Amino acid sequence: MAQITLKQIGHSYSGGTRPGDYALCPLDMTWHDGRTYALLGPSGCGKTTMLNIVSGIVTPSQGRVWFDQRDVTGLPTARRNIAQVFQFPVIYGSKTVYQNLAFPLVCRKWASDRIRRKVGEIADLLDLGAKLGKPARGLTADEKQLISLGRGLVREDVSAVLMDEPLTVIDPQMKFHLRRKLKEINDRFKLTLVYVTHDQDEAMTFASEILVMSGGRVVQSGPPEHLFEFPQTTYVGYFIGSPAMNFLDAEGQGDRAVFAGIPLTTAYPGDRVPQGAIRIGVRPEYLEFVATAGENVLAAMVVDVQDHGGVRIVEVEVGGARVKVKLAREKPVPEGPALLRLPPGKIRLYRDGELVPLD
Amino acid sequence: MLAVTLNAENLSVSLDGTVHLDHVDFTLARGRLYTVIGRTLAGKSTLLRVIAGLLEPDSGRITLDKRQFSGLPVWRRDVAMVYQQFINYPHLSVLDNVAFPLRRRGTPKHEARRRAGELLMRVGLEGFETRRPSQLSGGQQQRVALARALAKQAGILLLDEPLVNLDYKLREQFREEFRGLFAGQADMIVVYTTTEIGEAMMLGHEILVLHEGRLLQMGRPADVFERPASTTVAEIVNDPPMNLLDGHIADNTLHFSSGMGATLPLHMVALPPGRYRFGIRANDLEMRPDGAIGGEVIVAEVSGSETFLHLDTAIGPLAVKCEGIHPLALRTQVRLALEPERLFAFSPEGGLVAAP
Repeated sequence: MAQITLKQIGHSYSGGTRPGDYALCPLDMTWHDGRTYALLGPSGCGKTTMLNIVSGIVTPSQGRVWFDQRDVTGLPTARRNIAQVFQFPVIYGSKTVYQNLAFPLVCRKWASDRIRRKVGEIADLLDLGAKLGKPARGLTADEKQLISLGRGLVREDVSAVLMDEPLTVIDPQMKFHLRRKLKEINDRFKLTLVYVTHDQDEAMTFASEILVMSGGRVVQSGPPEHLFEFPQTTYVGYFIGSPAMNFLDAEGQGDRAVFAGIPLTTAYPGDRVPQGAIRIGVRPEYLEFVATAGENVLAAMVVDVQDHGGVRIVEVEVGGARVKVKLAREKPVPEGPALLRLPPGKIRLYRDGELVPLD
Repeated sequence: MLAVTLNAENLSVSLDGTVHLDHVDFTLARGRLYTVIGRTLAGKSTLLRVIAGLLEPDSGRITLDKRQFSGLPVWRRDVAMVYQQFINYPHLSVLDNVAFPLRRRGTPKHEARRRAGELLMRVGLEGFETRRPSQLSGGQQQRVALARALAKQAGILLLDEPLVNLDYKLREQFREEFRGLFAGQADMIVVYTTTEIGEAMMLGHEILVLHEGRLLQMGRPADVFERPASTTVAEIVNDPPMNLLDGHIADNTLHFSSGMGATLPLHMVALPPGRYRFGIRANDLEMRPDGAIGGEVIVAEVSGSETFLHLDTAIGPLAVKCEGIHPLALRTQVRLALEPERLFAFSPEGGLVAAP
């Protein structure tokens, strides 16, 4: 598959070039061969515009699109050699599953025994082997989506697979199975895959890299675990992870972050701690209840416990704020007053909503 | 407080030759929230539809305070319902959607609208009164449906997987709000169906576990979670489902059928020798370099802040849940530690015989 490079790509549907005109603000981007990218964000964030620029459905108002060494900016979708899976399955309902999967190869004038072998191989992979003779219209929505994908996979020369919210029409109970199937295929084929979604779980599961988008911009990009550990903005800290990252109003004083009058140690080098108003971000997974007072230990009061089965979510009041602590079921839950520790290495500092870099 | 109960006796429903409810009995009390957990086609929606009167049972009956309830038409049942789909009147404003049940009952227009406004505030839709449902997001549309159901002030509120079509951040937010919204509804019986065990546990005063139309267990969430009556319940009330491994107990040792052995944990010493099925939760397996069990990653999935690993291991396929985000590629080799103290034991027929 191909490496996709976007150079100063931007799109304004009105043609204007003021900041407010852009559906997608100008950006540079490289998507590497064999990796999976999720464009994640709410509707109107620019993710579909970006995908449509890559597929050729939208011609960008500025910038160039490259597939490897080839400038495809002016090429129509049909000449870009991409496979697409849309929100709604696109299949030939009157044709059989076999005919649907074979169609791109018949168009390429492959020999029939070669087609049979290839279609059989892909159908097995998609668990559609037993249904090859059936008319496609009788299949379930998730099977139809797999056919849409399969039509891309049978072609050996595809540059990239683009998916636009492919699980939208899938029965919620079936989403789990289809997600797993797509993930397996993806791990095995090493597709250059660009996947548009508004669902965090989908993005985190599929993608080697996630681009969190908002207002036509990429707010943060990186591997899922990086987004989880180092959310670039308080928004990303809220959006990624469950429950959301806790945020506490604090003040930078010297090399300390002072919360509720108590100076806290962080992993930030002393001169990196911004002075004045800041926010402390710390994930519910990293807060600990401890037995004795000490560094970064605060007096807290347990106000609510939610039993989720494998974990409990404990809500505590600390220094006039409320935070959530995620505890494995086997860990004891304090009642009433408790001591809460903020591990220095897990504290992130935010100024004006943006992460203060650690190094 | 009135001691008001909804009683189901021997309810059975078949549709097109498929059993949806199979001799179901239960008693629900006012002022409590019941979550019904089960997979797709477990009979959850059918149960709600029977209570609502949208479906007549083939046999059995429902009584409300010992008065016959089955047979009553829907509109006389004092029931409100919220569905998976966001169902609202498209031609009415948000405010009028919520005022609708009040108006139908003859509440004067001004009063109906005032109360609808209050309810919209409670569900967080203040400022959206004049919009049409189509101008709202999915989450907001469901809030309208919820406010309208509350406006009915029915004695029985039924919610059929109300969050299933929302993404996880919204589900998380709704669940938190539900706890507040349903607390203090002392005069209502709330029945809430879901496929997510975390949701069922945090919202329900009691859980009903439904499978293939049968009510397998009913009880306090922690009791059901800690002492699942059968392997089927254990699979349903754990996400990912509890891992089950065949084995036997002999010579005070626990043997998995793969050949691996382990010291018999204290809670199993009283069990007679013989065949068992052993269960372990996905979050009770630990990935450790010195773990005794070797395995290979088949697929890694992220849910919220957790990673579900599906592994092929020396003792069979296992699911492991780890805190945090762990991007492990297909076929990565891992090692697992299994603490026998965390094992459940079930009879070969599936009944629970020992729990940690």
